[in-house]
Amino acid sequence: MKNGAILPLRLDEVSFAAGGRTIIEGISLEIAAGPSTIILGANGAGKSVLMRLMHGLLAPTSGRVEWHAREYPGAPRKQAMVFQRPVLLRRSAQANVAYALKLAGVSEPQRGAQAREALESVGLAHLARRPARVLSGGEQQRLALARAWALHPEVLFLDEPTASLDPSATREIESVIRAFDAAGTKIVMATHNLGQARRLGDEILFLDRGRLVERAPVEQFFAKPQSAQAAAFIKGELPWT
Amino acid sequence: MVEALATALSLLADLDPKLVEIVLLSLRVSLSAVGIAALLGFPLGAAIAVGRFPGRKTLIVFLNALMGLPPVVVGLLVYLLLSRAGPLGSAGILFTPSAMVIAQTLLILPIIAALSRQAIEDAWHEYEEQLRSLGAGRADAALTLLWDTRFSLLTTVLAGFGRAAAEVGAVMIVGGNIDGVTRVMTTTIALETSKGDLPLALGLGIILIAIVIAVNAAAYMTKELAQRRYG
Repeated sequence: MKNGAILPLRLDEVSFAAGGRTIIEGISLEIAAGPSTIILGANGAGKSVLMRLMHGLLAPTSGRVEWHAREYPGAPRKQAMVFQRPVLLRRSAQANVAYALKLAGVSEPQRGAQAREALESVGLAHLARRPARVLSGGEQQRLALARAWALHPEVLFLDEPTASLDPSATREIESVIRAFDAAGTKIVMATHNLGQARRLGDEILFLDRGRLVERAPVEQFFAKPQSAQAAAFIKGELPWT
Repeated sequence: MVEALATALSLLADLDPKLVEIVLLSLRVSLSAVGIAALLGFPLGAAIAVGRFPGRKTLIVFLNALMGLPPVVVGLLVYLLLSRAGPLGSAGILFTPSAMVIAQTLLILPIIAALSRQAIEDAWHEYEEQLRSLGAGRADAALTLLWDTRFSLLTTVLAGFGRAAAEVGAVMIVGGNIDGVTRVMTTTIALETSKGDLPLALGLGIILIAIVIAVNAAAYMTKELAQRRYG
């Protein structure tokens, strides 16, 4: 295990409610380094909220979210998140990556080279000077991945990163995610695309109405779901994959 | 009436020195006020947009209300501050262009701060999760948003400039409308109209409207161009 590693992540009886509605209910689990974890579930099952709780964007209403090593405000983060719709700054593609490096405390002379290297790794080097917000949807998402790549995070959260992309852009994004995995980054991804879950995942966390219903290796989950909800979900979703 | 318009146009065509002097002073005062108000208003707007503190909502309502501050009231307050018996009387700047700059700055600071607060807060809703995910603190976020909303902020500066250039009450009270010293376009128009000297008033009116239209057109085009370039 790397020095100062933040994994494993432990959730202890974590619940989250907003506006009088319980969205996450009593989830306890441990996320360890290694296998890619896919969070599956229908719309509204709480996938996004669960990841935001893990990533620290939301605070649990009750229960605890604990990383092996605590991250301190102001210190460079060892985890990154890619959202369904990437939020890019009104500046060039390369400057967007450099911005993240700056927040991570990378000194200015090094930012340029590291940003270019990250853009190359997602195949966007030729668009480095292009304003980020005029890129296509797929390019914007790849840029968001390059921004995360530059940070060499120990954990990468992905919230339905291909939900609003066409199949060819989706394939490109998936190959970048595989590269993250190959480079040793722990992948935690929410999706409701079963094909994608099979292609990228090692284990499945299945959520149903805010509860963790099932956790299993990918093959086992699809071949022999243990819960009625998971079986119904697999059956209902298959035609669209 | 037609005669007055003809005389006004010939004043413009000849670049009448008196008229030019008045126009230049107007621009100097209003642009200075806009510059200072932007320097103070942008950080203030950004701080309120991303900040979390008790009384924030009240402050926003208050700031929005101040946008409608009557110029004569601002003029009166600055007059009281700067008059010989006032707390800042020793500075001796009443009836000088400096006093006019102060009055106009106070008048448009709420406009720039309130409008930029709105623009930055809208952007904050869009950016918040991403910026926090990257580890940005609130001060980092405020600076980032200021730069990212730069084209919207241009519009707030314009709104401020339009208000400053067009107001007459505040500069009249603290400037005193002294010929050759503190006489600006709006105060001259008011004075000359009441004296019955319509050509000068009309000529200045035409210039004032032309400036406001030109500045707005330039800003609109800049924003359009930037939107297409940066998205």
